[in-house]
This record gives sequence, structure tokens and C-alpha cells, in this order.
Amino acid sequence: MHWSTIIYCGIITYLTRFSTIFLLKEDILNDKTKKILSYVPSAIFPAIIFPPIFLDSAGYLDFESNPKILAVVFAIIIGFFSRSIIATILVGLISYWFLIFVYYQ
Amino acid sequence: MNDRLKTLSRGIIDVSPLMIPVVPFGIIYGVIGMELGLSAYMTFGMSIIIFGGASQIVLLQLFSGGASSLVTITSVAAVNSRHLLYGAVFSEYLSHLKLMWKIILSYVLIDQAFAVSNTYFKKNKNNTFKHYHLLGAGFTCWTIWQISTILGIILGSVVPEELGLSFTISLTFVALLINDFRKFKNIIVMLVSGIVATIGYNTIPFQAYIIVAAIAALVVATLLTLITLKKN
Repeated sequence: MHWSTIIYCGIITYLTRFSTIFLLKEDILNDKTKKILSYVPSAIFPAIIFPPIFLDSAGYLDFESNPKILAVVFAIIIGFFSRSIIATILVGLISYWFLIFVYYQ
Repeated sequence: MNDRLKTLSRGIIDVSPLMIPVVPFGIIYGVIGMELGLSAYMTFGMSIIIFGGASQIVLLQLFSGGASSLVTITSVAAVNSRHLLYGAVFSEYLSHLKLMWKIILSYVLIDQAFAVSNTYFKKNKNNTFKHYHLLGAGFTCWTIWQISTILGIILGSVVPEELGLSFTISLTFVALLINDFRKFKNIIVMLVSGIVATIGYNTIPFQAYIIVAAIAALVVATLLTLITLKKN
């Protein structure tokens, strides 16, 4: 990792926050654009979530005895009902530890 | 207490409950940065320079996968594109401010600060000092984020790798989506993104799978939006 990459990422992050505040006098984005932008987390986060869960270290799909899939399923169920960020992370992590240290041993 | 201070502390109080999940998020970030072999300075420097949890963790994940700078920067830009929405919504409340204010407030315009200040702005349109609310909320987030990053950096040097903490990257992003799990259209968008990324992980060159998956999912999101609007 180079400092330059970090600095460029910092600049681009800052510009996405600054640009619309700086350029717009009033809110000119129409409802359609807003609706689409509201999908950005749903459109991007799964691309970060899925590959490390479903692919093994060699890059092949791994559905058998894969503790990550089960742990994420538990996390999603808890997240769905509790709507708590912490509960979701904790349940996912604890069930993952249970699976790798107890169940699959 | 004068109005400025009152609004500032209102911002601090309003955002505080949202800081509870930020602490573990920051710690996880610090731990993973250290586990991936970054220096403590670099891990902490990212929190100061970028100041965005999702962006920083994407950066780490792509770095560990050996992605090029260009792909990394583009992916971070994609993750951040939601901020355009925040700025646009706030422009109506902040456009009268001096440039210096806009420069400072932009630095701390993150998800949590946007959420609470947006609620406050809507209810207090006539407060001349309403921007102090965003200042208070934003810098509360900033302080908590820096402290938890440092905690993570300290813990990162003692936590054993066998615990598989890099899995918490996935869990953190799952947790950030919990409010969208009940929306059918969001689930479709999520599945498109996840499936394209999983297939593309080995087939799309330069680790550009996040960008390709995001574009595919946003196209689907656009179609879904247009279809819904037509119906109404």
C-alpha cells in the first residue's frame, strides 16, 4: 500500500461529500435520481460481502462445510429481526467461532 | 447557553446513540489493518485522511487481493457515490454559508451525521446556527472513529490470526444493510451485485469485480425505479 493511494482515496472521498454542497444552491436532484442513489449500499456492499464468503482461498465456489455461509445466515436472521448492527456482527462472529473451533473440529 | 453552543451540543447528543456500533467497526478496521501488515501510521493515517469506514475497509480488502491503485480508487469512489445524495439534500440548508464552513462540514458529512442532522434541519429550518448541529454530530463521529481506530491498532498487534477476524469485514457490511433486508427490491439489487461479484472475482481482470458488480446492480436498481414510477 502506498501513501499516494490513500491520499487519492481521501481526496475522492472528500470530493463526493464537498461537490454537491459546494455546487448546488438548492436540492436539484429529482426523486428518481435520489431513489436510485439510495440503492448504492445495496448495490455495492454485497459485491464486497459475497466473494470472500462463497469462494475458497483458491477462488472456487465452496458450499460444503463452509462455516462462513452458515455464520452469515445466522447474522442475517438476527439482523432482520433485531435491526441491531452490533447484534448482527456479534452473532455472526460467535457462530463462526463456534463452527470453526467446536463444530468442525 | 448561547444558541451556537446549544445547537452544537444538540448535535453531539443526537448522534451519540449511533456511535455504539461505530466503536466495534473502528476497532475491527484497526485490527485488520495491522493483520494485513500495514504500519500503525498508515492504518491511523487512513482514518484521518479518508475518514470513512466503508471506504477504508474496501481499500484494505482490495489491497489484500492485490488490486491496482486505479481499481482501488475507482472502487472507493463507487462506495462514496452515496455522499452526493447527502450533499444535495443539505445544499438547501447550507448554501448560504461561507466557503470555509462548507469545506469543514464536508469533511465530516458521513452517514451517521447526515442521518441525525437531516432530521434536525427539517424541524429547525429557521435556526440561524443550524449548521452547528452538523458540526457537533460530525466531529463526535470523527473523535470516536479515531479513538476506536487506535484501540484496534493496539489490539491488532495482540489478537491471534487464527480468530479469523477478517471475516468481520463481511459481517460489518451485512450489518450495514440490515435496514434494507425487508425491502424486496433491495434484495434483488443485493443478489445481482453479490452474484456478479462472485462470478467476476476470477473472470474480471484487475480485481475490478466490485465496480462491475456495482454497475450491474445499479442498472437493475434504475430499471426497478423506472418500473415503479410508471406504475404509479
